[in-house]
Amino acid sequence: MIPDFDRIRLTDISRHFGRRRALTRVTLTASAGDILGLLGPNGAGKSTLIGVLATLVAPTSGDVRFGDMAAFSQAALRHRIGLLAHELHLYPELTARQNLAFFAQLYGLDVRATVPAALERAQLVDRGDDEVSGFSRGMRQRLALERALLHRPRLVLLDEPFTGLDDNAVSVVSDRLRRLAADGCIVVMATHDLDLADGLVTRVALIRGGKLISDEPAGAGLRARYRALVGSV
Amino acid sequence: MPTFAAVALLVLRKDVAIEVKSREILYTTLFFAVSCVVVFAFALVREGRVIEDASAGILWIAIAFAGTLALGRTFERERYGETLRALLLAPAPRAAIYVGKLLGIVLLLIVAELMLVPMVALLFGTVTLFARPLLLAGLLLTGTVGFAAVGTLFAAMLVRSRTRDVLLPILLYPITVPVIIAGVRGTSALLQAAPDEPMATMWITLLLCFDVVFVTLSLWTFEPLMTE
Repeated sequence: MIPDFDRIRLTDISRHFGRRRALTRVTLTASAGDILGLLGPNGAGKSTLIGVLATLVAPTSGDVRFGDMAAFSQAALRHRIGLLAHELHLYPELTARQNLAFFAQLYGLDVRATVPAALERAQLVDRGDDEVSGFSRGMRQRLALERALLHRPRLVLLDEPFTGLDDNAVSVVSDRLRRLAADGCIVVMATHDLDLADGLVTRVALIRGGKLISDEPAGAGLRARYRALVGSV
Repeated sequence: MPTFAAVALLVLRKDVAIEVKSREILYTTLFFAVSCVVVFAFALVREGRVIEDASAGILWIAIAFAGTLALGRTFERERYGETLRALLLAPAPRAAIYVGKLLGIVLLLIVAELMLVPMVALLFGTVTLFARPLLLAGLLLTGTVGFAAVGTLFAAMLVRSRTRDVLLPILLYPITVPVIIAGVRGTSALLQAAPDEPMATMWITLLLCFDVVFVTLSLWTFEPLMTE
């Protein structure tokens, strides 16, 4: 039985790399249906926070809970986490189909059922047997998103998911994220793109210098609020 | 959920599939190992005569150097695209990923050894090397596993370090000196006119102990070391 949860809670999370404080006492919650936008300037600590939620970065202090379970307590919890980072987690020497099949098997999924559907969602059915090294950034990004979502994770973590996508692909990915949230996923998205975040995210967490400076429901005037709290845009 | 063994084999199969397509690590490792043996052959063989036991040392030096190169390249592949993070995020025991990578390195080194051993025997005139093939295979296998066990752990640890190319040999060689010494002494025992079987068996046993200790330590420490 794979453990499940409908809420994540970070309490007083700090993470130091030597003397550098990447995160300082961040407290944050997100529930099923939320699309939480992590906004902040470069080096604010967004990617470290995504790493902590992915259980890849251990906090120096503080507590991370998925439902009632400690985040680092059991490997099976990772079955509920999907991560699309800035680097795409794909093997360029393998074909799109081989990449998806490898990760499907790693998660114990039925390759014949999941891989063709994922290729279709990524709009790469015709290129499924081509090596990923020959794909454009946009094609890789779409494939990487489907790789991250293959196992239907509860917690979807995205670090700059719109990099390299054209307008049409941005709209497809945005719709996909809305559907995921509507289906009960917790979507956490780190982005610099305020225009794309505005209208997509349901909650906004602003981070600066490793500190959470604002956590509130999304609404109109995101850019103005960002400018007021973080600085010029 | 896939089992420990299934994940390890999956990672191995993936590495083999990539290598079959690119052949990058195989060719560079073989080329480097062969060059190493040829250079030593020119330096140490004079009119068909060679320093006693030199061939055993050269064989293991070539294996160690080629292994270091293969380790670096294998994990460089996982660094590109941050695929190691994707592996670590899978709901599988993280130690299974270590075992999969270890098996890939061992397989690659065995292929290199299949070429190196006859070459050393030919260039250094040591055909007695094949007098006890099982003992020779035992020495090579246990030595390779010991070297690769430590190397895989260090290469994975250093994958995010900017100075990984320098640090890997600096960390790896001092720890694996017992493997190299045992390999060289065991191979030398087989190279004598009358192969010294008890001596070779003793070195194999020592290598086996080293393998058990370091594979166990690596399985134990891999997960905490890979969590950033």
